[in-house]
Amino acid sequence: MSHILQIDQLRKGFGGVQALDGVDFHIDKGEIVSVIGPNGAGKTSFFNTITGYFSPDSGSIVFNGLNIGGHEPHEITGLGIARTFQNVRLFPNMTVLENVMVAQHSRTSTGIFGTLLNTRGFRKEEAEIEERAKEILSFFGQRLKGYRWDQPAFVLSYANRRRLEIARAMGTQPELLLLDEPTAGMNPRETAEMTELIDRLRTERGITVVVIEHEMRVVREVSDRVVVLDHGVKIAEGTYETVSTNPDVIEAYLGRPAEAGSA
Amino acid sequence: MMTDSAAPPSKPDVRPMTDVDWEKVLRSGALAGLMLSFIAAIGMVTVLDERTMIDPWLSLGYLALVWVPVFFGFTAASEPTPDGGISPVKGERDLLSGLVTGALAGLCFSFFIVLIDTYDMTDIFSNLLPRLVDLLTFDRGIGVAAAIWIVGCALLGLCGGAAQVVSARVKRMLSWAFVGVAIVAMLEAVIIDLSQGLRVEFVTDFMYAKNGGLTTGAAIILGAIFGAAGFQSSDKTFDQRRQERMSQPKEVLLRKNMVAAGVAILAVIFVPMVVGGLTNELLANVGLFVLLGLGLNIVVGSAGLLDLGYVAFFAVGAYTTAILTSPLSPYWVPELTLDFFSWEDWFWKGWVIVAVVLVMAAISGILVGTPVIRLRGDYLAIVTLGFGEIVRILFLSDWLSPYFGGAQGVTNIPSAAIGPVEIQGTSSQSIFYLTAVFVVIAIYVAWRLQSSRTGRAWSALREDEDVAEAMGINTTAVKLTAFVTGAVLAGFAGMIFAVKVGSVFPISFKLLVSIIILVIVIVGGMGSIAGVIVGAVVLIGVLGGPTQPGLLQEFGQFKLLIYGALLVIMMLKRPEGLWPSVRRQRELRHEELNQDAWLTGTPGTDEEEDDA
Repeated sequence: MSHILQIDQLRKGFGGVQALDGVDFHIDKGEIVSVIGPNGAGKTSFFNTITGYFSPDSGSIVFNGLNIGGHEPHEITGLGIARTFQNVRLFPNMTVLENVMVAQHSRTSTGIFGTLLNTRGFRKEEAEIEERAKEILSFFGQRLKGYRWDQPAFVLSYANRRRLEIARAMGTQPELLLLDEPTAGMNPRETAEMTELIDRLRTERGITVVVIEHEMRVVREVSDRVVVLDHGVKIAEGTYETVSTNPDVIEAYLGRPAEAGSA
Repeated sequence: MMTDSAAPPSKPDVRPMTDVDWEKVLRSGALAGLMLSFIAAIGMVTVLDERTMIDPWLSLGYLALVWVPVFFGFTAASEPTPDGGISPVKGERDLLSGLVTGALAGLCFSFFIVLIDTYDMTDIFSNLLPRLVDLLTFDRGIGVAAAIWIVGCALLGLCGGAAQVVSARVKRMLSWAFVGVAIVAMLEAVIIDLSQGLRVEFVTDFMYAKNGGLTTGAAIILGAIFGAAGFQSSDKTFDQRRQERMSQPKEVLLRKNMVAAGVAILAVIFVPMVVGGLTNELLANVGLFVLLGLGLNIVVGSAGLLDLGYVAFFAVGAYTTAILTSPLSPYWVPELTLDFFSWEDWFWKGWVIVAVVLVMAAISGILVGTPVIRLRGDYLAIVTLGFGEIVRILFLSDWLSPYFGGAQGVTNIPSAAIGPVEIQGTSSQSIFYLTAVFVVIAIYVAWRLQSSRTGRAWSALREDEDVAEAMGINTTAVKLTAFVTGAVLAGFAGMIFAVKVGSVFPISFKLLVSIIILVIVIVGGMGSIAGVIVGAVVLIGVLGGPTQPGLLQEFGQFKLLIYGALLVIMMLKRPEGLWPSVRRQRELRHEELNQDAWLTGTPGTDEEEDDA
């Protein structure tokens, strides 16, 4: 089958709150899908469940033919799913380059003994890690290049932190990238740049992308398909045009129209 | 007061005398008086009076008092400069603040002296001995003594206030002179040791008086020398100079580091040959704690796992060595000795011990680590603390006493040897060399791991465990690696300790040892190799270890008090440690760095440039 990720009847509850209530979802290789929904709809819980932070109560998450439900987050990263976080979570005191280098952990293997003996394999791997990190950072043009490499991540501007977080996720060399509100808090110019960047992730890197986004202009421009969640339930799916005119979606965002409410 | 920070700097008017913050002066004076009374009441003055700093008029006991009015005079006069505000103009008011603070301190302290002179309170405060009264009244009668203390403290407070007013250069000159003379006086035993080794006793014969302490003449000459050096010294702080050093090109930095390492290695090889037994003993103790500190530094500093039971691995190393080598331990018959490159006997037998210690320490690391490793922060600290105690109690228990000897421990541990050279526990020099070899190995390990895949994973783990997991790092495995690496280094330290002391007892592995190693790491600078060495030299070398006396032996009973005070001061004033790692300094200072950058207009925070 061509679905890179196939999710069936995914449920996850926390006490009385049903964060995910039977969500079906699929994404094909090379697709860009947006997940939208009002605050508290379960979007981030959806990401957390896919990436192993929460183990699902029921339902299956099949990635490349393998059920990954209940696996450890680092195992899932190893299989090829990477993510960013809603509230940027870099390693602030590590340098920009180190942030991307550390992300390649699951793609490399030298252990303590190789390091201590300074083996040829270790030196080669270190060089490769650094090379790859620099190559990934150059994907962002001049933004994260040159002198920035050796700066600690905390000195970066907000937009650059967001970019670095994506770069770090790319460091894990994923097939599927989950972006949690990549343009939150950005100005219009930065948002436009990010929109273009998400598209380039697919065209230049061949990465399949799921993006949670509140900025509708971004959603319209990047997504092949839009999935709308509300109260843990998928209420609509389709192209931006069909979803944006769907009465259920409008209701979820704006509330029920007054005349319907009285009925 | 308030208006001043807003005043333009172009108006350098000296503030009127009346503009003194009396409330603050009163508070500082009372605090200083309390501090003086406290130091006297805990018996520091009486005990430390044994040690003469400058013959014949200044003992360490009086020195423990005189810094108080100076310090409080200094702080009473200073005003906190709000971040980004303009420093207030210094002037006579600072002098007045200092003077009054000092006088108040003297007054409070005089009350205290009168009090202990009048009432006998030795039942409650066992240190308020008649000897203390004699010392504090200078054998002159209470009235004269009170006058001396009030006037003396006022003058000392004035000095403190004056330090706020004088130029930075003069301040530097004075502080260099005082600190320099104090250090030379403190190092008396080591310097005499060294001069005997170098056969230049005539220098120390002149410098130091017969019954201890610098001679007045030597003190003046040294003060002048250090003062001149301080006057010439650059006005950059240690950190600024370090920053500059770090920003040099990598090749230059590497070359300089190589030179420094070369000098350090030569010093490690040749200094113990020159100095006598006492200094070697100090060096051996410092070396042992450097080894322990480097191990704990990997666990706490690099991986951020607060382990309060670290002494357990030290104990495992020591007991393993004891059981393998001591003829008195019944359960291991082919007694081995720590004999490297043995001439006569089986060539490898020393290495077998090293290997067994390594394996045992690693196993105990895994055993302790596995159940606790999923815990975070405070929970991890508490549980490791418990495990550390469990290990000690197991060694102490009757149940296991056939193996470990219970409270009697294991004795008669034979000396070690490297080829034909015997390493006796009683010869500190040879123990130091043995320690140095392992310290060099530990430094190599710590240094290599820092910038490797494993080291980066540790850093990531310390910064954000959840995100590290998302980056594909198996946090459990990586934490366990850190735990085991630290445990192995502690095991080696235990091995050396067993040979050094010649016997092991459970009492040597108290919680206090874990705490002291942790304090070394914190005071030195977490995550910093050089920091651990500095921390061990300052704490173990100068103040002394849990059982080992340091350079200031007289501090013995006040050691833990000083440790505690030092820790509090460090946390408040320099949380990143004496010699911090670059990363740690960033972490604790990054808001300040951003602030400074904002103030001075240099871009520390990069704003989005309009280049796209």
